[in-house]
Amino acid sequence: METYTWLRTFADSWHLLFMFLFFIGVFIFILRPGSKKVHEDTANMIFRNDDKPGGGNTGPSTGGRKDSKEAR
Amino acid sequence: MWDYVKLAVLGLVVVVAAVAASMARDLAYFVHMMVIILAAGITFFWVLRRIGEPVPVVNQNEYMDGPIRYGVIATAFWGVVGFLVGVVIAFQLAFPQLNFEWSQGYLNFGRLRPLHTSAVIFAFGGNALIATAFHVVQRTSAARLWGGGLAWFVFWGYQLFIVMAATGYVLGSTQAQEYAEPEWLTDLWLTIVWVAFLIVFMGTVIKRREPHIYVANWFYMAFIITVAMLHLVNNVSIPVSLLGSKSVPVWSGVQSAMIQWWYGHNAVGFFLTAGFLGMMYYYIPKQAERPVYSYKLSIMHFWALIFLYIWAGPHHLHYTALPDWAQTLGMTFSIMLWMPSWGGMINGLMTLSGAWDKLRTDPIIRMMVVAVGFYGMATFEGPMMSIKTVNSLSHYTDWTIGHVHSGALGWNGMITFGALYYLVPKLWQREGLYSLKLVSWHFWLATIGIVLYAASMWVTGIMEGLMWREVDAQGFLVNSFADTVAAKFPMYVVRALGGTLFLLGAIIMCYNLWKTVTDSPERKPAAAAAVPAE
Repeated sequence: METYTWLRTFADSWHLLFMFLFFIGVFIFILRPGSKKVHEDTANMIFRNDDKPGGGNTGPSTGGRKDSKEAR
Repeated sequence: MWDYVKLAVLGLVVVVAAVAASMARDLAYFVHMMVIILAAGITFFWVLRRIGEPVPVVNQNEYMDGPIRYGVIATAFWGVVGFLVGVVIAFQLAFPQLNFEWSQGYLNFGRLRPLHTSAVIFAFGGNALIATAFHVVQRTSAARLWGGGLAWFVFWGYQLFIVMAATGYVLGSTQAQEYAEPEWLTDLWLTIVWVAFLIVFMGTVIKRREPHIYVANWFYMAFIITVAMLHLVNNVSIPVSLLGSKSVPVWSGVQSAMIQWWYGHNAVGFFLTAGFLGMMYYYIPKQAERPVYSYKLSIMHFWALIFLYIWAGPHHLHYTALPDWAQTLGMTFSIMLWMPSWGGMINGLMTLSGAWDKLRTDPIIRMMVVAVGFYGMATFEGPMMSIKTVNSLSHYTDWTIGHVHSGALGWNGMITFGALYYLVPKLWQREGLYSLKLVSWHFWLATIGIVLYAASMWVTGIMEGLMWREVDAQGFLVNSFADTVAAKFPMYVVRALGGTLFLLGAIIMCYNLWKTVTDSPERKPAAAAAVPAE
């Protein structure tokens, strides 16, 4: 089989399926149960370590509280 | 020992470049060799003077802000240069007499146009991206930049690339591929610098002390990796001679066109969008002092954007020799792109929910919000223009130029200005900006400038599109091309004035930032030790 032909066949069958499933998988992973706490903590990470590298994740944990957005 | 190796390599570069310059086949190559001799020579003496001095101890508990400070200065400098060249060529289009006879072949529109586009995209935008990437990745990784002096190499190497590209354009060394004009030698140098950039960035991410990679870093990584891939594939060419600047591309025909616009559109998608979204996701929450509206949405924004953008290139080749299915594919993906783009826009704007009052008091936030607004507008206009029937009217007209500028001036320009205003007081340990009033002046000058620019280009673009297709009762075309050129004159003057206002705003910004560094009171270091009031 010509290189073009099999590459083309592979691209619009198995690889297309792979990309589609990966894409859907990403969304499912984002919305997985328990992700909320992780995401809230990560979103607030930018308010730590502003001036010095420090010890990383040492800032006060937001613990998934709703009011964490009003902090600072 | 290591210093002597450096000296030997730099000396060798100077000698080889001098030999190559003496045998140069064309002027651009000769000038490039001279630039290389100068750069390598200066570095040689810089290394030489430091030999034997004690090696400064690097404190891993401090951020490496030197290259970022230089990057901020370079961004402001190249910004003004790029905007100035843009204003010049806008006036050249309105008044062709400005293509002076004495400067023919060097400073006429055809030579200055790539100088303008590359100066604003790669010099202004590129320096902004490198500086903010280094700033954001350190703060969100809680780690000093990886690679020691490599970050300095990235900064200075990138400036060398800019100088080589710019001199090449004026002297006519070009591959004639839009946004990929630099010839093989400059391309090779950029590849080296870019790989170093990737290594510094990834090294810092890998040694991070935070468990998660903040979303802005994902956007920066996508930008660096994709631009590397685009650059390599689109610049596959064989030099005619190692002593001349000319090269011959390997791709030909419609494949070449498709690869060029796969490159061109993703330069927009990953350089001007993904990279600047990295800025948005860090600097807007920081300036608003609130976390991003929805972190989940930001991850969805990332994956959807990179999955869709890469396919949108064919919409630049509607109604050409490109197969119809490829055109339709490009159009479909462009329309689908609307969704993640607006998801990101909503995410950026809603970060301010509950803090909208800041718009009244903080002109920097105002600038960032307008930037996100223009991001939304340009990402609505783009998909619309990629629809084949709309494209049959808009393609090859000034509408395209208007669209590009509402994205580039409105989105990239404004978010960069916002980031610069945020960065300068932080990086130079100042209490605040020298003058918020001047920021307001900058904001209004830039906004009015963009509105004049975009509005005049809509009018002239749609007008010339309609004039080109106008036929009389017998089916003959009504207008000649020169008729459309004459009809566009007033709009061209308005466009040039809009650009002038934008340039004026940028100059005010430079003054304000300069005074911030020299005249603003110093920040008290005590605040750093305080516990966050959370």
